[in-house]
Amino acid sequence: MIQLMNIRKVFNTGKPNEFVALEGIEILLHPHQATVFKGPSGSGKTTLLSVVGCMARPTSGRILLYDQEITSLPERFLTEIRRKTFGFVFQQFHLIKGITAIENVMAPAYPGGEKYASLRKRAGQLLGLLGLSSKVSSRVEWLSGGEAQRVAIARALINQPSVIIADEPTAHLDTKLSKEFMEIMKRLKEEGKTLLIASHDPIVHESEAVDRVIEMRDGRIVNPGRFS
Amino acid sequence: MPWFEKQKNILDFTLSSLLRRKGKNLTLTTVYTLVVFFLASVMFFTHALKKEAAFVLRDAPEIMVQRLMAGRHDLIPKSYMETLKQIKGVQAVKARLWGYYYDPTNGANYTLMVNEDLHNAAGTIAIGRGVSQNLIGKEHGIMPFKTHDGSYVFLKIRETFSSESALISSDLILISEVDFRRLFGIPETHATDLTLHVRNPKELTTIATKIVQLLPDTRPILRDEILRTYDAVFDWRGGIILVILFGTVMAFILFAWDKAAGLSAEEKREIGILKAIGWETSDILLMKFWEGAVVSVSSFLSGLLLAYLHVFFSSSVLFESALKGWSVLYPDFKLTPFINAYQVGALFFLTVVPYTVATLIPSWRAATIDPDSVMRT
Amino acid sequence: MIFHPAILALLIGSLLIGFMLSYAAYHGLSILRRWDLRSGSEVQLGLERRTYLISTLMAYSFGFQLLSLFLFIYTVDHLSPLFVGAMCAAGTLNVNPYGYPTFLLKVVNFILGGLWLILNYADNRAYDYPLIKKKYGLLLSITPFVIAEVILQGKYFLGLKPDIITSCCGTLFTSEVQGVASKIIVLPRHPVEIVFYASMVITLILGAFSYIRRKAGYLFSLSSLVTFLISIVALISFLCLYFYELPTHHCPFCILQREYYYAGYPIYFTLLGGAVSGMGVGLLMPFRGIKSLQELLPPLQRNLTLASIFAYGLFTIIVICQRIISNLKL
Repeated sequence: MIQLMNIRKVFNTGKPNEFVALEGIEILLHPHQATVFKGPSGSGKTTLLSVVGCMARPTSGRILLYDQEITSLPERFLTEIRRKTFGFVFQQFHLIKGITAIENVMAPAYPGGEKYASLRKRAGQLLGLLGLSSKVSSRVEWLSGGEAQRVAIARALINQPSVIIADEPTAHLDTKLSKEFMEIMKRLKEEGKTLLIASHDPIVHESEAVDRVIEMRDGRIVNPGRFS
Repeated sequence: MPWFEKQKNILDFTLSSLLRRKGKNLTLTTVYTLVVFFLASVMFFTHALKKEAAFVLRDAPEIMVQRLMAGRHDLIPKSYMETLKQIKGVQAVKARLWGYYYDPTNGANYTLMVNEDLHNAAGTIAIGRGVSQNLIGKEHGIMPFKTHDGSYVFLKIRETFSSESALISSDLILISEVDFRRLFGIPETHATDLTLHVRNPKELTTIATKIVQLLPDTRPILRDEILRTYDAVFDWRGGIILVILFGTVMAFILFAWDKAAGLSAEEKREIGILKAIGWETSDILLMKFWEGAVVSVSSFLSGLLLAYLHVFFSSSVLFESALKGWSVLYPDFKLTPFINAYQVGALFFLTVVPYTVATLIPSWRAATIDPDSVMRT
Repeated sequence: MIFHPAILALLIGSLLIGFMLSYAAYHGLSILRRWDLRSGSEVQLGLERRTYLISTLMAYSFGFQLLSLFLFIYTVDHLSPLFVGAMCAAGTLNVNPYGYPTFLLKVVNFILGGLWLILNYADNRAYDYPLIKKKYGLLLSITPFVIAEVILQGKYFLGLKPDIITSCCGTLFTSEVQGVASKIIVLPRHPVEIVFYASMVITLILGAFSYIRRKAGYLFSLSSLVTFLISIVALISFLCLYFYELPTHHCPFCILQREYYYAGYPIYFTLLGGAVSGMGVGLLMPFRGIKSLQELLPPLQRNLTLASIFAYGLFTIIVICQRIISNLKL
């Protein structure tokens, strides 16, 4: 359902620090599957996730999402698609400081024009599902690492996307929390979500929830993986 | 309605974001308010003064005739009244007696004017409230006047009058004709000037021309001319101050630009996150618009309110000397409050518009932060 | 020059608007030259970011332009006591030869700005920016008009000296003086009335037809432009008379004054609104064939048509009501 054809991404074109992040990427990603992108840092995993997740436009190549070509869509439309289809969990969580957990969860949905009251209710439910009901009105600065991550996951789910993208989610977690994280991912997959995770953590790519592992190096795919 | 909800949501977020950076926004709002305050004070003040002048002149005669001698204002013979009465369109001609008197005790210049009411009350005067307030020795109820030949005349204060226009009451003393002539030594045959009431206002210019033809040593002054001159002078004075304040406005624009462009790392991060989680560039621009609107509206209204209080309740303590001019005797007086949409409109263009333009490009720069960059930090 | 605060404000305002527009035009040039939506290169991404800036600049400029149009007339009206012979804006504008051209340019720029915003809105809603080149071409052609307005307004205000004798609207808008205004006034009243009502009715009917049947877009647009011009003529010729209750007072500016309950503002507001939205329909017609706009344009045009009908309708109601309640019977 997500198809990448000959994707190339270059940064700083024409300048001395020109850098080719992705080269000749060809993938077909299927729905309701959990795919892990494995590789050392600098291999292009993060760039690939942002291209797939409509956060960045490829320099050349084509992307199809559910058979709709989205390669040259203007930002306005790309963002709308991204908001409805993808939910992001970042490596550093990137929660907005100074506001509460629930406000963080609601933030992605503000531009959608949903009524505040119903939005807040849904956000509360999501936090509840992740065991954070007691922390709803806490400032994010006061949350522990694991709690912050769960808030980030709740935030990614607020717009009811079909795909969850997570970039090195376990980088700042200990083993116990990492395993808990994969449990949550497994639950989401069972609910029908598609998962795309970039990680070089064995706990992630050896988890039983994972269907496919794609290996990357220097911006290219070196092992397209097979379905386990 | 989704559009409406969206505005509400984003406005809500904007308010919380402004409050999160209290220091910076407080400085900005304070400076902004001060700028509006200065400009609005100048505008209110000059406008109110203009209105006062118009009010003072409301009951003035349409035409005044003065006699000129070697280019200076001289006493006018009452015989000229006959000539003037003959002119077609002139309804009534009156002789006026008035002049200035300097009182060394109080260090003040008074305007003495002969009033019909005191015709049979020689020996008494009526003084304006403003005069009375600063008069030394008023408890005695008698004011001494030094006449033209060095002797003294003592006139009893029979009443104190007030006027809607404080300008009138602050230096006016009404006196009887007999006392006036005695004080200044003006013969019965002459008056200070003559006033005409004209039936048809459209014929003013024609009549004025005739006056000059018939009485070549006189100068007719139209009330409208006076009004125009006042207007122009007040505008000029107010304008000079504004031009000086222009420097303030320029500094303000630079300041606004700097504040808007100097996003802290924290702010940049926040916008990056918003874009990463699904806010479009136009959503960020909307947020920036609301930010600007909230700051502008609160500063504009506060500045207006403060200026209003300043001018109309504290007699513009900060501006008086520059704008009013030359007289020492300027007691506190209350200007009649006056404000209209026109002034507000002009103020808007002088403050809110430059502020908005100064922050546009920095806002846009902030809004076009690449969400991608957030992923890689 | 008169150091009136509002004049300073208008000069500053127009300088800023001129600056914003020149900046927008400058960047519009690079967009015209190098735009290529298919490419994902950084240059293209930079250009796309630029269009946001330009849209924002234009939106603000247009907003300020509208306000400055009304502030200009208010100021000019307010200054009339300073000039011998002037009793309202008509006289003040006549003080030097730059007054009326400035005013006309302001109105024209307002309309052009409004049309640009409509085009911009349509372009942004489509997924491939189909009108981008035409849009910036239009922007580049509007820019000289705006710069001309800044210059003319500056020359006008700098040339205002309070002792210049000018004529009041009573002499400007009479039949004896040479000029466009007098030609309008000497037109026999009845034919003008008939033409006015006829054009308004035609426009409203065409509008309704266009709204329901989604056809005749060009016709309606043309009709709304013609109606705009005819309405102005009608205002000077006989409609204003009912406000002043004087058969000889033809001035179109005096109705903006307080003694006539500021009736001029809703009148000109609705008239301008009707004209811009009506003309917007016609502006968009040639692009209905473009694939990405096929779904978008018809509803947009319908909304514009509705807005135009509403505005013109309101204008007509105001004018007819005044005629009925006026003490003047012609």
